[in-house]
Amino acid sequence: MSADVAATVAISTARYDVHKVRADFPALHQSVHGVPLVYLDNGATTQKPRAVIEAGTRFYERDCANVHRGVHALSERATRAYNDARTSVQRFINAASSREIVFVRGTTEAINLVAQSYGRPRLREGDEILITELEHHANIVPWQLVARETGAVIKVVPITDEGELRFDEYLRLLGPRTRLVAVSQVSNALGTVNPIRSMIDAAHDQGVPILIDGAQAIPHRQVDVQALGCDFYAFSGHKVYGPTGIGVLYGKEALLDAMPPYQGGGEMIRRVTFQGSQWAPLPLKFEAGTPNVAGAIGLHAAIDYVRAIGLDRIAEHEHGLLEKATSALSDFPGLRIVGTAREKASLVSFVMEGVHPHDIGTILDHQGVAVRTGHHCAMPVMEHFKVPATTRASFGLYNTEEEIDVLVAALHKVREVFHR
Amino acid sequence: MSDLRDLYEEVILDHNRTPRNYPKNPPGANCHAHGFNPLCGDEFQVHLKVQGGLVEDVGFEGAGCAISTASASLMTQAVKGKRVEEAEAIFQAVHDVLTDESGRTEAAGELLGKLSVLVGVKDYPMRVKCATLAWHTMHAALKDERGTVTTE
Repeated sequence: MSADVAATVAISTARYDVHKVRADFPALHQSVHGVPLVYLDNGATTQKPRAVIEAGTRFYERDCANVHRGVHALSERATRAYNDARTSVQRFINAASSREIVFVRGTTEAINLVAQSYGRPRLREGDEILITELEHHANIVPWQLVARETGAVIKVVPITDEGELRFDEYLRLLGPRTRLVAVSQVSNALGTVNPIRSMIDAAHDQGVPILIDGAQAIPHRQVDVQALGCDFYAFSGHKVYGPTGIGVLYGKEALLDAMPPYQGGGEMIRRVTFQGSQWAPLPLKFEAGTPNVAGAIGLHAAIDYVRAIGLDRIAEHEHGLLEKATSALSDFPGLRIVGTAREKASLVSFVMEGVHPHDIGTILDHQGVAVRTGHHCAMPVMEHFKVPATTRASFGLYNTEEEIDVLVAALHKVREVFHR
Repeated sequence: MSDLRDLYEEVILDHNRTPRNYPKNPPGANCHAHGFNPLCGDEFQVHLKVQGGLVEDVGFEGAGCAISTASASLMTQAVKGKRVEEAEAIFQAVHDVLTDESGRTEAAGELLGKLSVLVGVKDYPMRVKCATLAWHTMHAALKDERGTVTTE
């Protein structure tokens, strides 16, 4: 355990000291347009703690070598670090085996892998893939591609005007032709926490496997894939304070074992002849080519970092921020919160009467406040609420209540500009 | 730090609040084009009535942010009553001054007149695509180009 992590462990028994946490994130301590940065775009990506940045630097300064190849010292160190990263992910999500942890570029690649390697060989014309109206495009388009190739059909569970899934509709749509369910644990556009435990159970009652898109859930709550019982779970490193370009596909070993490779190349084979090749055992079968070693090592550092603070404490801190932001924005004149589910992750999506989200985004940026504006890669959600786009403030473990005050003051400035 | 008021000038806010020639598809319009920036969601239809090389009337429909809406509104005022070559020259001037690709910014400036309020957008690179959308859509309509125009 590095000194940084040890220092953070020390605070885990004390009260949540957000300022101490912030001190670990170099990027937070800067000014933009001459004012201090208030970073509220954590749903898009999170800033990185020094421990993650240094883990990547250490790899490149000392241990840089390809993995599973050379017999030299650097290659051994790199290989060990890469394997350790896989074990850390396994423990983080409580997978039964490290063979069930496949390193990918991110959630998008993980879902594409399942669509192509699990879906394509199995799906027949008229088979159904069940997704929801809340999904990010990354959990829609891969299924459309495989449906086009196989003649399978996509069915969509609708949402209520609060942004919650219609569970009755889910049960109704889960039919004899359903071959796979794919659903997000947390909606990126609205923050809705879906009842995935009940959804997994209902799918399994019908003998249907289920994939969980955990991209927006993983930084906010403890995930235990064995307790959940899901068949696949996908997430990205960069949304949980790790590097970009590294992500994880968890799959039950029996399912992954039965799937053909996603890509061919080095690393994923046992033996190659021109007559044919034999695949490497799991998980390397799915990791063709030189992997993102530095990314995996950075993800390991990120996992150590959030575990040292404790996801329960992070969730509690973020819930406080969500409550404060929800209450402040509910009272704001002419502002409407989009997505008011009973259970939400710490983000608030909203629209303001007479002001387009992109204008809000530019004016907030001028006051140092970074938010996401647009359709959040969830155009069907925007369609449901009849808005072209929203402004989204999404909070992370280092955000403070004072930053929400800055957001609200900045929104008053928006009103001032547009109603002068 | 550039001043927000350089971007959100009174003229821009006014044209956003009450866009001119909007929503309008003039009777007899014979040049049409569709502009759409999918990442933003800004989407406009531009309609022109061109007779004997003259833009007799123009209108637009759709919705977008303040910058794209005001720019579309200013565009309709700028090209209405102009010859097609003049409208194209103004399009080119606006394009040049916002993207500064040709180095002809000064020459373009003279053509702009009232449109110079759009120059403030240049300091906001992410917003240039908003300001140019309606202009490229108008240009495509005059060229009778099919398909959707985008500036993203």
